[in-house]
Amino acid sequence: MENKKFDEIKKSLEEDLKDVEDLKVLDDLRIKYLGKKGLITELNSEIKNVPNEEKKEFGMKVNELKDQFNTFYDSVKERLDQAALNERLEKEAIDISLPSTKVPVGAPHILEKVIEEVEEVFLSMGYDVVDGPEIEEDKYNFEMLNIPKGHPARDAQDTFYIEGEEILLRSQTSPVQVRTMLKGEGKVPIRMICPGKTYRRDDDDASHSHQFMQIEGLLVDKNISLSDLKGTMDVLFKRLFGKDVETRFRPSYYQFTEPSVEVDITCVNCHGKGCNVCKHTGWVTVVGAGVVHPNVLRMSGYDPDVWSGFAFGFGAERLAMMKYDINDIRTFYNADLREAKVFDREDEE
Amino acid sequence: MISLNWVGDYIDIKDQDAHELATKITKAGINIESVVTHQIKGLVIGEVEHVEDHPDSDHLHVCKVNIGKEKLQIVCGAHNVREGIKVIVATVGTILPGDFEIKESKIRGVDSCGMMCALFELGLEEKTDETYAKGIAELDPEAPVGEDPLVYLGLDDTLYDLDIHKHRNNDCYYHIGFAYEIACILNRKVTLPSLEYKTIKEKIQDHFKLEVTTPKCSYYMAREVRNVHIGESPDFIKRRLLAAGMRPINNVVDISNYVMLEFGNPLHFFDKDKLGDRIVVRDAKDKEEVTTLDGKVRVLDSSDIVITDGEKIVCIAGVMGGENTEVDENTKNILIESAIFDPVSIRYTSRKLELPSEASIRYGKGLNYEYTEMASRRACHLLEKYAGAEVLEGYVLIDHEDHSEKKLSFQPEDVDSILGITISEEDMKHELERLDFPYTLKNGTFIVTIPRRRLDIDANVNDIAEEIGRLYGYNNLVSSLPNIPIRRGEYIGDVKYRKIVSKRLRSLGLNEVKTYTLVSPEMAEKFSYEDKKCVVLPNPMSVDKSVVRKSILPSFMNVYEYNKARGVKDVSIYEIAKTYDSSYNEVSKIAGLMTGDYAFNDWRGNQEIDFYVVKGIVENVLDYMGYEKRYSFVRSHCSDLHPGVQASIVLDGKTIGIIGKVHPNITKNNVFVFEMDLNSLFGRTNKLKYKEAFKYPSIQKDMAYIIDKNIDVSEIIKTIQKTANKTLQEVSVFDVYEGDKIDASKKSVAFNLVFNGVDRTLTDEEVMESFNKIIDKVVSTHHAELRDK
Repeated sequence: MENKKFDEIKKSLEEDLKDVEDLKVLDDLRIKYLGKKGLITELNSEIKNVPNEEKKEFGMKVNELKDQFNTFYDSVKERLDQAALNERLEKEAIDISLPSTKVPVGAPHILEKVIEEVEEVFLSMGYDVVDGPEIEEDKYNFEMLNIPKGHPARDAQDTFYIEGEEILLRSQTSPVQVRTMLKGEGKVPIRMICPGKTYRRDDDDASHSHQFMQIEGLLVDKNISLSDLKGTMDVLFKRLFGKDVETRFRPSYYQFTEPSVEVDITCVNCHGKGCNVCKHTGWVTVVGAGVVHPNVLRMSGYDPDVWSGFAFGFGAERLAMMKYDINDIRTFYNADLREAKVFDREDEE
Repeated sequence: MISLNWVGDYIDIKDQDAHELATKITKAGINIESVVTHQIKGLVIGEVEHVEDHPDSDHLHVCKVNIGKEKLQIVCGAHNVREGIKVIVATVGTILPGDFEIKESKIRGVDSCGMMCALFELGLEEKTDETYAKGIAELDPEAPVGEDPLVYLGLDDTLYDLDIHKHRNNDCYYHIGFAYEIACILNRKVTLPSLEYKTIKEKIQDHFKLEVTTPKCSYYMAREVRNVHIGESPDFIKRRLLAAGMRPINNVVDISNYVMLEFGNPLHFFDKDKLGDRIVVRDAKDKEEVTTLDGKVRVLDSSDIVITDGEKIVCIAGVMGGENTEVDENTKNILIESAIFDPVSIRYTSRKLELPSEASIRYGKGLNYEYTEMASRRACHLLEKYAGAEVLEGYVLIDHEDHSEKKLSFQPEDVDSILGITISEEDMKHELERLDFPYTLKNGTFIVTIPRRRLDIDANVNDIAEEIGRLYGYNNLVSSLPNIPIRRGEYIGDVKYRKIVSKRLRSLGLNEVKTYTLVSPEMAEKFSYEDKKCVVLPNPMSVDKSVVRKSILPSFMNVYEYNKARGVKDVSIYEIAKTYDSSYNEVSKIAGLMTGDYAFNDWRGNQEIDFYVVKGIVENVLDYMGYEKRYSFVRSHCSDLHPGVQASIVLDGKTIGIIGKVHPNITKNNVFVFEMDLNSLFGRTNKLKYKEAFKYPSIQKDMAYIIDKNIDVSEIIKTIQKTANKTLQEVSVFDVYEGDKIDASKKSVAFNLVFNGVDRTLTDEEVMESFNKIIDKVVSTHHAELRDK
């Protein structure tokens, strides 16, 4: 009788297990076989009626049936679950073409972007980036740069004086050179750049601004030459404007450097072919520089017989105007966010 | 302006192309801004044959002008047009400076075929009221009709416009100095002009007394000439003065200007008969007055230098002569002053009196006494030749100039180490010869004598390295890098903190802007939340840029308005800038302005900016800088902010800034601002440490109260924190309700509390004990009604 029952259940099981395509049906089958009154459960409960010596075999057979069902159940369940999930996912598909959520990210100021590029070049060459006061003393802004009171060189920098001829809004970032040297007390070598705001009595128009940003640089060490300045300028401008950019030195005149030079670079606009930007010369002047004047070293406590160095200065606005083809300096101070947003990205390498 | 014709008197440059030469000069260090060649096609000399009044105008004339091959009818408005004069005619098709093309036209109905020109219209003079009043240019009666007037006037010269600002000194801004510059570039010699003249027996020093009582006059030389014939200058002088931008007046005055443009050394001529036999150079007295030769009364002070006849002032030294001793058409005898005054004083006086002139500029840059002396003799030579002067023998002189030679000794290696290249001894010798600097070379040491004309060169190696270097050519420099240790640089001091904050604010969605430091007095007082006064410029350029700001916020309202006017409604900006108070204390400030939306998605809804978004930005920056849990927000009273929506930012008990909504009186829109003192954030944080996350489970409890509306939730949180034991790890607010369901004077606030034992699992009992204690305390302290727990 038992064997017969086994065969019946087994047969029924095989029959039922064909083509199950519904979780409900599957669950009903679980109840039918393994529920409280399920066929296999009931069969199992009959073990008490089986003679002792057959109990073991009986038990094994029931387990076999259970396993058969469970294996089947698991595989069908997995298949059906997956199908149900797939169906749901299909419904959940969205229109990926709809506009995204704009995560707030701010852009750097154009000048700051350019300055940061310059800073990176000089940081990599061992220059510290330092800062100094914008309300400055005449002695740092002029006198200790070899420009005594009443010197004609002051004419070129029409200065905002605040208190007599002693306190002023700095007309250049060069006083930071003096302050840095004084701090060094004539003992330590110096490598620094100072990007900062400067002020001159200019009427604001497309090419003049009463406030502008200068980037000043100073290196003081031993055996420093004009050729070292040339090499440094080469590194800077090749990094800023590309490897094919050349630099050229022209003699110039500044009170705090001797020899003094103006640094021209290949016109970025026409690559040296000649255009309106470079007045058809192929070159544009970007930097004023030179070997630090012995008087300047001496006044700041550096013995010119031991130390030598070079200094340079240039306008951040001019650099930015060249780099991004901007032709009105007021652009930088209007803060038109429609323009500013563009600069929230990496530039090409 | 430097005239190449004139320079040609001192150095042979006939073989040089003007443009190529200009390039060479610029390369060697003197910037030639432009090369001006006076050639205008279409100009002819004409003779006015007939003039009649225009039938339809009270000032125009209809003229018949003979230009040789034809006669033109020209309508002319100049007051000085009249029959018989020779004029400069611009014929139809001529293009005058400023791209002004002459066309056939009808002027009030009368045909006009050309234009009679004034010199300023040809770019030969500046256009001033004075030159305009002269009317059209009148040429000599002998001027040949039909010829090119510029060639006739000798104005077909080539002029170099020098960039004087960058100019190394004044040593090139005169024709002999410029000739020396060309000489060293082309390696040619300069020939100085003749300084010879005959003298009469009488000696000036026999009757003339000179006295200098001011230390500000280091050199004063006077010579005397007699019986000059005042008249017109010879053509070449007139032409050259015109080319240099100076107007010819008469032969005597023109000669003084001519010599100045030759030697770079101004002279002053006194009418000797008006002057008398004495000169005293002294400091002016305060409020002393003098009438200068422009007829104006000038009030002086003790820093000015004056020339006197012992009693009255006859000249403001270096700046302008007095009316009382002016050379006029009746002048017979002249005293020639050739002097050196303290440049600083001259610059001060000319600026103070607003009398900049060709002369005062040159005095103001310094002079060399050799040329001062030569200029005096040169003037005698020219006055004898072109004004019939008889020159007295001798001179009177006070001379405190240092006559010692400026010498420098150096080794070639000294120059090499400055330039960073090796220049051979032979090449150095060659460059010194080109410079015309006398030198000796012994045992590898150069001893160079620096000529006095090169005032700009000091006796140091750097100066000589520059001279040798620029002639040797900077294109010969190598591109080396300093031979110094490799390191990476650092951001130092406030730069470092600026960078950190700046990067954080950008990543939080604020755009960096830059605004002006100088603001108007009205702006400077806006958003005044600190007890500070501003620095006010004593001589601003304009009122709107006259105060150094103490806060960035006022400038931000301009940025906001600027953008709003251009349709940008979402503005999130920041700036970090230095601000100052009236004692020049410097504080770097971080300012922000936010309005509109923060995160955007128009079809799903935007995150609008409100007080709490901005507060979150401020907190984020402070947390990022390492100040977590050390700051709080305390109600504040800035009158330009919404009285109920503003707070001081307090860090470690000290107010470091402000946050709030801009007062509706200033803008109706919801605009939020904050400003913090960056200096207060410098280096006061703790070292960053690893903190292990809780190992044991936390227990969360919620509680809600109804409290008075005007109680700050932060007060409740404080009470909770004070009452709880250290198992309380976090308190957060998860609901705030005001509305119909509760009394209008109340609000409901719900808190979530997180307890954790850190090194053990808490029991429910101990949490409940603490929790109930907190509830009792909040209820009793704040008269709160427990709503829910």
